[in-house]
Amino acid sequence: MNMVNIKINNKDVKVAKGTSILNAAKEVGITIPNLCYHPDQEVKANCRVCVVEVEGARTLQASCATEVKEGMVIRTNTQKVRQSRKVVIELLLANHDMDCTSCKKNNQCDLQEIAANIGVRESRFENVLVKQEIDTSSSSIERNPNKCIRCGRCIQMCSEVQGLAILDYVGRGGSVDVKPAFGMYLNNAACVACGQCSVVCPVAAITEKEDIEQVWEAINNPNITVVVQTAPAVRVSLGEEFGLEPGKIVTGKLVASLRALGFDKIFDTDFTADLTIIEEGHELLKRLSDGGTLPMLTSCCPGWVNFIEQYYPELLPHLSSCKSPQQMFGALVKGYYAEKIGKKPKDVYSVSIMPCTAKKFEAKREEMSVDGENLDVDIVLTTRELAKMLRQAGVDFTILEEEEYDTPFGLSSGAGVIFGATGGVMEAALRTVYEVVTGKTLENLDFMAVRGLEGIKEAKVDLDGTIVKVAVAHSLSKAKQIMELIKEGKADYSFIEIMCCPGGCIGGGGQPFGGTDELRIKRTNAIYEADKGLPIRKSHENPAVSELYKEFLIEPLGEKSHHLLHTKYVNRKK
Amino acid sequence: MSNIEITKKILTARFDVINHDSIDEYISHNGYTALKKAMATTGEKIISEVKTAGLKGRGGAGFPTGLKMESVLQAEGLPKYIICNADEGEPGNFKDRYLMEKDPHQLIEGIIICAYAANINHGYIFIRGEYINAINIMDKALEQARVNGYLGDNILDSGFNFDMEIYTGAGSYICGEEFALLVTIEGKQGRATYKPPFPTTCGLYNKPTQINNVETFCNIPHIINMGGEEFSKIGTDSSKGTKLVCLSGNIVNPGLYEVELGTSIRDIIDKLGKGVPNNRAIKMVQLGGASGPVIPENMLDIKLDSKEMSKIDLTYGSGAIIVMDDRIDILDILKRIIEFFHHESCGKCTPCREGLTQMLILLDRFIDGVATSDDLAILEILMETMNQASICGLGQAAPTATQKVLEYFREEFTSKIRSTDSNVV
Amino acid sequence: MQVKEALDKYGRTPDKLIGAMLAYQKSTLCNYLTEDDIKEFAKETKLPVSRVYSIASFYSLLSTEERGENIVQVCYDVPCYINDSVNIVNELEKILEIKMGQTTKDGLFTIEYSSCLGCCDKAPAMQIGATLYGNLTPDKISSILSTYRRKKDE
Repeated sequence: MNMVNIKINNKDVKVAKGTSILNAAKEVGITIPNLCYHPDQEVKANCRVCVVEVEGARTLQASCATEVKEGMVIRTNTQKVRQSRKVVIELLLANHDMDCTSCKKNNQCDLQEIAANIGVRESRFENVLVKQEIDTSSSSIERNPNKCIRCGRCIQMCSEVQGLAILDYVGRGGSVDVKPAFGMYLNNAACVACGQCSVVCPVAAITEKEDIEQVWEAINNPNITVVVQTAPAVRVSLGEEFGLEPGKIVTGKLVASLRALGFDKIFDTDFTADLTIIEEGHELLKRLSDGGTLPMLTSCCPGWVNFIEQYYPELLPHLSSCKSPQQMFGALVKGYYAEKIGKKPKDVYSVSIMPCTAKKFEAKREEMSVDGENLDVDIVLTTRELAKMLRQAGVDFTILEEEEYDTPFGLSSGAGVIFGATGGVMEAALRTVYEVVTGKTLENLDFMAVRGLEGIKEAKVDLDGTIVKVAVAHSLSKAKQIMELIKEGKADYSFIEIMCCPGGCIGGGGQPFGGTDELRIKRTNAIYEADKGLPIRKSHENPAVSELYKEFLIEPLGEKSHHLLHTKYVNRKK
Repeated sequence: MSNIEITKKILTARFDVINHDSIDEYISHNGYTALKKAMATTGEKIISEVKTAGLKGRGGAGFPTGLKMESVLQAEGLPKYIICNADEGEPGNFKDRYLMEKDPHQLIEGIIICAYAANINHGYIFIRGEYINAINIMDKALEQARVNGYLGDNILDSGFNFDMEIYTGAGSYICGEEFALLVTIEGKQGRATYKPPFPTTCGLYNKPTQINNVETFCNIPHIINMGGEEFSKIGTDSSKGTKLVCLSGNIVNPGLYEVELGTSIRDIIDKLGKGVPNNRAIKMVQLGGASGPVIPENMLDIKLDSKEMSKIDLTYGSGAIIVMDDRIDILDILKRIIEFFHHESCGKCTPCREGLTQMLILLDRFIDGVATSDDLAILEILMETMNQASICGLGQAAPTATQKVLEYFREEFTSKIRSTDSNVV
Repeated sequence: MQVKEALDKYGRTPDKLIGAMLAYQKSTLCNYLTEDDIKEFAKETKLPVSRVYSIASFYSLLSTEERGENIVQVCYDVPCYINDSVNIVNELEKILEIKMGQTTKDGLFTIEYSSCLGCCDKAPAMQIGATLYGNLTPDKISSILSTYRRKKDE
């Protein structure tokens, strides 16, 4: 590697050519505060918090945007730098709703943290905030313009990664805002509620719609049985909220913490992930043998379902009719489990813990009610909201003893776990489809070709002579590419897995704030590690699933399945 | 050095002599001769003449034109672009409008020569949308140049192809900032971006791009015709050639004047502008436009010479001279200036976007007589931060006039500090 | 002019968008871009609506609010200001019975501030359409405006 010699605060340092001053300083243990910079995004250099002194330069330089050069002399803590940083932060605070103590992101806000770190106690400038309406129109995310610092991270996420460009800068000068076209409400814009904007927002301008209080009420109502399901990706990210190392698998603590909060039954969405594989696998085989619409597209991701309904409704026949694991779970809770425990559906409160904001919208779709009266999933909480509940209840997550899920929906296979990462649904399906079709035992369970963070992945699988071509895409800009291929008739795949968020659910819009590719990789590795550690790694070998078919569902794609586990879609083109 | 001519008509020689509508009249007045001469030689030779001439950019920053041309020529990546920055929006400036309206082919010829020198095949003239007349005139002149074989394929049978189009701005001062100008042509909001790399290596569509001001390009044919050596005899050691100055404000004869570099500001005001109406005293003169410095009357002997001016932290910028007599209220003028920047800021970076709003609030406190000495301290710190930390020239230069007022007319602020405040500076 | 016509003339690539928007806006009676116009520009250029709206909201010569047939732009900047542009503004407001930024009831005029019109040698100045008016005094305003009224009547 080409190295250059530089001096940072009088210390000689050797760093790789092309490194930004910001990252070079990080390598030698100096954190330069920054707000608009995001390691996975194009450099914006607009917040001007990260300025440093570079010898010979007329002005201070944004360290995020300036590459090191041989012989460069950098100072990160001079009076000039300290003063500029302070003024910049004070300027931001002077156009910011300063209700920090009651803010949703109190103690989780980058602006607040930097202000504290660099010693800003109050802004010396007059507060000029013109209060605007908070957009609560979406059932998934909330946009509070009074908190926005115009850093543009959400804009880049929405346009570059998701290819949607719902948000952009509007106006200029002091009146610049970040909002949807015409200032419309999010629920009128073609937003898919993925919540990726909220993950990258450094302040509380975009957050999840908070639904914690309803859950507390249910837990504290003695007449109601509160059932909770936990999505696969939550177990590899929740620990981060409590200072545990990213990528730590905290399944047992997760279960224990939910019990500590007072949930009556703690189940695993992985169970219905296994169920999804059985139903979806058979749907695929049916389409293959009956000449059904191909390629078949997965349907477990609600952000993605919103996307195809809004942007490519003409391709809806490709979408699997299977409900997502969350909604299959909800349907089983209200349409099977309630009766089993001698309760009416309305007396069983169904909560799900999801890495996702779009799941909140999905749960509210009117067709997601098996009795037509009660929602199958009453409330969806994100990983972040669960962490908040635990803090509210004073549960010390780090010292909890590990506990086990309840029966009957607590048992799952490794195939169910990997649903949480891009390629996981595909891999889980292939493990089952292979054995169902060939009748042989699959020797190597790891389909490496569909794993990893590459945007679009392809694989060919030999099903005893029949070659099946599959593809996997994550993030909606990549989904768009696949949709265009299908429209042009160039997608010669049988089965395509699409997840809306970068990295899949482990990178979901409800995951801890500040997600980066670095974190996504750690969480992904943890997911596959969890898979490897399980005794059962194929969905069709999950005995609890077999039991459910035997006792209740009878057969995949059967009448009960049709009623409880499959759904229809709507053209929502805007 | 001693024989500086106040009026020296080179770029303006054909003004009102020829009809701007007629390419024939331009040709009969020595027009397109430089192009022919240039095309008989090489790009390197042309660039070397421009370097010898010592021409510096006339848009305000004063970067050596020859170096810029050379760096575009040497830059890797095709296609290369050439852009004429005619987004003249700096208050107090109108020279580019006149150059386009009164002698459009001079500009076209200058651009073609530069394009030929760096082997560029496509160009833009970025004209602000408010200049409707100039747009129409340039449009017509470009068509005439095409018909006459100066633009298009195989220009003058040389095998060189070049054409250019007009890009109309839509009302934004920031687009005169070259990075904002580039993104605007690419069809985005005209927001500033960070630098480097510079446009010469990474400009329009990330390709090598030469951007120069109208007046800069208009100098090129004259350099080629008279030779770099001869051109360099005009002006001073550090500032070569003539400069168009836009004289406005409280002045008897406002207007556009072409002067030899090295002329003093006082001479321009007194001899060309005929002084201030009713013989009133001059209180303050602003140089270059809204983003430029202000000076008091006793500094008017300063000469248009980059070296001399830089000694006292001044520049002549784009050449505007706005004369203000003793009736003006300096703080009121500063407020107008900051309001201009507040309206024109792109809003991308914090110091400029938020800083200008706060500057207006602070200025109002002084105007209303309720300011404290703390307000003055914070105003100065704020302006320093804007200078130092803004992403582009707009935010960096917006406080200049205010800072110069604090340097030369500090009592304008201190006298407005609330009298109960005991810590008067 | 239709949005499509403007784009046919200028081209559908992003670099042609602003020119097409300006030309189209000029052809509309009320000198502005409606939500539907912006959506159509977006659709035709395959750009996101948010981007097109963002551009329309950024440039001062583009408007997303209804304006008059004739836009009277009065220079706001210092050279005009010290040559009493305030009096011109007052006169316009008095004659047209509206404030700066507003449109007359008959929809004939909108009066707006403009950044420097490059006419500082003839300050104070204003521009209506393609015509620059310099060396203004309040007594000239009425007759200038009436030429536009007459044009309308013809």
